[in-house]
Amino acid sequence: MSGMIARAPARAAPLRELLRRLVRRRLALFGMLVLAGVLIAAAAAPWLVPYAPQRMDIVHRLAPPSAAHLLGSDEFGRDVLARCMYGARISLTIGLLVVALSGLAGTIVGITAGYVRRLDGFLMRVTDAMMAFPDILLAIALMAALGASLYDVVVALGAVYTPRVARVVRGGTLVLRELQFVEAAEALGAGDWRVMRVHLLPNLLSPLLVQCTFTFAATILTEAGLSFLGAGVPPTSPSWGNMIAGGQQYIGRADWLIFAPGLCMVATVLALQAVGDGLRDALDPRLRRLT
Amino acid sequence: MGRLRPPVRLHAFVDSVIHASGVSTSGDHALVELRALEVTFAPQRRWFGGAVPALRAVRELSLSVGRGEVLGLVGESGSGKTTVGRAILRLVEPSAGAVRFDGQDITHLPRAALRRHRRRMQMIFQDPYSSLNPRLTVRDIVGEAFAIHAIGSRRDRPERVANMLRQVGLPEDAMDRYPHEFSGGQRQRIGIARALAVGPELVIADEPVSALDVSVQAQVLNLLLDLRQSLGLTMLFIAHDLAVVRHVSNRVAVLYLGRLMEIAPREALYCRPRHPYTAALLEAVPEPDPARRATRPGLAGEIPSPLAPPSGCVFRTRCPHVLAACAVQVPLLREVAPGHAKACIRDDIL
Repeated sequence: MSGMIARAPARAAPLRELLRRLVRRRLALFGMLVLAGVLIAAAAAPWLVPYAPQRMDIVHRLAPPSAAHLLGSDEFGRDVLARCMYGARISLTIGLLVVALSGLAGTIVGITAGYVRRLDGFLMRVTDAMMAFPDILLAIALMAALGASLYDVVVALGAVYTPRVARVVRGGTLVLRELQFVEAAEALGAGDWRVMRVHLLPNLLSPLLVQCTFTFAATILTEAGLSFLGAGVPPTSPSWGNMIAGGQQYIGRADWLIFAPGLCMVATVLALQAVGDGLRDALDPRLRRLT
Repeated sequence: MGRLRPPVRLHAFVDSVIHASGVSTSGDHALVELRALEVTFAPQRRWFGGAVPALRAVRELSLSVGRGEVLGLVGESGSGKTTVGRAILRLVEPSAGAVRFDGQDITHLPRAALRRHRRRMQMIFQDPYSSLNPRLTVRDIVGEAFAIHAIGSRRDRPERVANMLRQVGLPEDAMDRYPHEFSGGQRQRIGIARALAVGPELVIADEPVSALDVSVQAQVLNLLLDLRQSLGLTMLFIAHDLAVVRHVSNRVAVLYLGRLMEIAPREALYCRPRHPYTAALLEAVPEPDPARRATRPGLAGEIPSPLAPPSGCVFRTRCPHVLAACAVQVPLLREVAPGHAKACIRDDIL
């Protein structure tokens, strides 16, 4: 009966341990590599391609992929590869900002609904009402009300994804609040704010992290949908969505106009999903130990 | 760990404590007094599947715990013993009756006053796993009490935490580790340190050792008794294990379906139970001698659902001495000997 026997495997460095488990999953590793590639391409675009995304070259319009234009050129002779890389900037920026916004708002709403029971009914009915609208429809309606800048897109999509995060966080909170350490904190005299901040939030980070990766993926798709419909970022800035929209009328003559941004989108979204799945699996045993 | 003491030593220790503090409690010295306490969990209306009726977990419970006393509260699961403890701390709201603490009625204390009041009473929880936040270090778990009640300055908090850890027999270097690095018994010690950090007068121990290995149980019980004596604590010791309760309590109260069946000084209750339920519980204590094992009758059947308790005496459906009259009226708690009361209409048995 040596008293020092730990029941659970030691968790020396949680983050490193998590990464180690994530890397062991081949699909998640692949996803992370793809994401890293997209990230580098977006960040280093000016140094990787010799063309500016806006530079037109009417003589070489609708040129098929070649050594000069690796992914061809569009109807104005703009380099498709350059536009894809700059488009990744838009997608990733919007994705990150929307994840941050909906993650923050959803966490606040979800914890409050789950822990402060008298607000639960009201908050959850509001989120239900928002989730009853199709994503893209709600986003278009909000865009119509807000404006058409990049930040309006972020706010609109943030509002669309907040209810989903709130749902997940509320569910986790309902499980946690029944655990005795929450009751112990209440017995010590901790107020609602303290219980939520110290006892609930840190234990909700794992499901929140997983939800955020999926939100990221969904945001990229919805943003592309908005741009495709002309309700997204201004058409002057290249984005995967408006590239596809612009390319659709040349689909018979220049299919690379659609395939290039489309494949970028598919690769990024699949990579995010793979990382999200991997994260969920890597975090799962710890969640089970907790509850 | 080197803290394990033979049970004989424990016995002698408890005896001396009981001798010193005396057994009787009169209302004047009571630290906690429950008056006709009721805890009802509200009925729920469902949109589908009909209504869930109200669950009356604690019913007309009156008892007192004297300052410095250890009152054992026993009963099967579902008897409402944990709810009594939580109601005293007002972790659940009593639906009727009163909880008095040190002469003050705390039943309707407003939120802010209640938070301040919680320094005076604390709880030790049953499950050493779910009762510690897995994301906090021991320093933060034990130190939370100091942070909430602004005890001491931020700078001397580590020293205070270290002091608490020493008191519960944990090494100081436990401070910066996480709960999962400790065994069940050690975790329970951390829980005890957390409860005692605010300097409470009353400690409600809700089955503090039932989740532990038997060998560790004795250590934790010893620790609780040591602390109880050195800090002059009053304790409500909730358990379903009669042997454990016998070791630690001055008086014992027996609960069944939320009602008090019998309350008596420890020796009186164990040597001469006056209520058939107590008698049945005592007979159910595991007998190490196989030769004597088979002859005794056990308690038949399951505890009835608290959603639909029997009329009259709640124990009548399982009582071997039941009469027709038992179904008519709820038996009053009557004193049958000094400090010994029971809720049973029959005096011709036991």
